[in-house]
Amino acid sequence: MSGHGSVEDARPGRIDAVEVRHPWRWVALAVIAVLVAMLAHLLVTSPAFDWAFTLEVMNQTAVIRGLLLGTLLMTVLAMVIAVVVGVLLAIARLSDNPLLSGAAWVYTWFFRSIPRYVLLFLTGTLGALFADGLSLGVPFDFLLTDVLGTPELRFFSVDQATVYAWLGGYAGGVLALGLSEAAYMAEIARAGLLSVDRGQHEAAAALGMTQRQVMRRVVLPQAMRVIVPPTGNEVIAMVKDTSLLSALPVTVELFYQVTLISGRTYQVLPALAAAVIYYLVLTSVLMVGQHFLERRFGRGFGQGAGARTAAAGVAVGPGAQK
Amino acid sequence: MSAGAAREPLVRAVNVHKSFGQVEVLRGVDLDVHAGEVVCLLGPSGSGKTTFLRCINALERIDGGRIRVDGELIGLEERGGRLHRLPDARIAAQRRDIGMVFQRFNLFPHMTALENVTEAPVRVRGVARAEARERALALLERVGLADRVHNYPAQLSGGQQQRVAIARALAMRPKLMLFDEPTSALDPELVGEVLAVMRELAADGTTMVVVTHEVAFAREVADQVVFMDGGVVVERGTPADVIGAPRHERTRAFLARVRDDD
Ligand SMILES: Nc1ncnc2c1ncn2[C@@H]1O[C@H](COP(=O)(O)OP(=O)(O)OP(=O)(O)O)[C@@H](O)[C@H]1O
Ligand SMILES: [Mg+2]
Repeated sequence: MSGHGSVEDARPGRIDAVEVRHPWRWVALAVIAVLVAMLAHLLVTSPAFDWAFTLEVMNQTAVIRGLLLGTLLMTVLAMVIAVVVGVLLAIARLSDNPLLSGAAWVYTWFFRSIPRYVLLFLTGTLGALFADGLSLGVPFDFLLTDVLGTPELRFFSVDQATVYAWLGGYAGGVLALGLSEAAYMAEIARAGLLSVDRGQHEAAAALGMTQRQVMRRVVLPQAMRVIVPPTGNEVIAMVKDTSLLSALPVTVELFYQVTLISGRTYQVLPALAAAVIYYLVLTSVLMVGQHFLERRFGRGFGQGAGARTAAAGVAVGPGAQK
Repeated sequence: MSAGAAREPLVRAVNVHKSFGQVEVLRGVDLDVHAGEVVCLLGPSGSGKTTFLRCINALERIDGGRIRVDGELIGLEERGGRLHRLPDARIAAQRRDIGMVFQRFNLFPHMTALENVTEAPVRVRGVARAEARERALALLERVGLADRVHNYPAQLSGGQQQRVAIARALAMRPKLMLFDEPTSALDPELVGEVLAVMRELAADGTTMVVVTHEVAFAREVADQVVFMDGGVVVERGTPADVIGAPRHERTRAFLARVRDDD
């Protein structure tokens, strides 16, 4: 204190201090730069890489079909099932009805326990269960036939071969990925529903809304704010899990098509690079989509609202005077 | 419902009992509220005021006694000589005629002020959108928020939010308005604007049951003041009697404490 009289004058003025230095940032920068340079050098000069071939692979009709149908469309369809089933499971799980909440719990337990690759494999073989094919109609109608002599009560039937083809193909993939993902979406949706204040349920109920209306109009829209960000992660994970579809087998799928080409040509690295690039592009596009969804469901909350509050705050006074 | 209902009080609560687990929170509460009347419920914290108010619109389910609003049993139905609890849809229908304003506003944060007010008339009453909007604008103007209709709740002050909440409840054209400490979550300088709106409603003949700690408001606006403690009504009467000349020691002690706060 005593020796610094000149720095601490009576009324301190403008600060002209030495900024804190960050020497390690420069070290880190140098290390990263060297690593990136090495990697780039390797990718460009290595004889195992052939960028022209990578481009060629990316342009193959079969690869593009695999990307659009097996990866992109499959992701969309599976996630639609997952979100719908997941939200229903979450509502069931939170209901007062012990049967519903128990069933939802068992569902989540079952599908979270089975690795997706195993589940896809299993789905492909499930046709074996349906030796008589699959029908839509009155359950256990054959018992009625035995007792009452009624005819078969079935509106719609397919034989076992068809069931095999469905479960062991694209539909099986959508179903298995969608139902498995629903178990994870259920947990996400449950967290979202629980994040909505009880007062919201009560205010809506006090206006005379039925439980369904309370859920649809008041609780779910608010829960979406909490549900959307982790769901974005799930979508991106799903994009990558479509690469497991060959277990079924589904062959219109990006990764499978690329491995076919690499197996045929022995150009493994450049072929895989094609898949990697497509996955990067797809994920980037999805991240943009997620950003807009978050904005949509963030209405009235968070930063957007805050900024407008600041603007509105200027006029609060006169408004309040009325 | 029945003929001669006009002479009946709009709200008739008889011997209402309510327990949470082992704890009996309401121990035989009686209350009559006539159409056009303003009743203020006073009482210390934990005396059961909020719980009783929530029983009137079946947000809580009562264990004993009966509550009738406009002659209709709330939450129950007498059928074949037995009482039956009403299913959710029927209870929802009963709540449509009873507006409620909460301590913490509970506006829908994802909707603008205008949407908050039109939501229930459109979805629940099936009022045409244009008509609901027109009425909502009129109501928002009435509570002094004509220039705030497109703001989200997060963009409004507490007092403004509570006034939107009042407009939201009024939009259903309720027969009865319930207020649970509508001003106690507000900064002191915002209390006045909400009480002003409520004063106006009272003057217009709105039937109101108001839980409040605003003794001055109760004294000025209430037709009947009810003092509750320990889950029972200790004292009731005109504001002049209950607030001006309380007969019970507990009422006197409570009023002394509340006035000290002012
Ligand atoms: N959902 C609940 N579960 C258990 N106990 C409850 C519940 N709601 C209220 N209680 C209890 O019931 C009693 C009465 O509560 P209530 O909220 O009705 O009091 P109050 O008179 O409104 O008090 P305050 O002036 O603090 O709002 C309290 O002891 C409270 O702890
Ligand atoms: Mg209370």
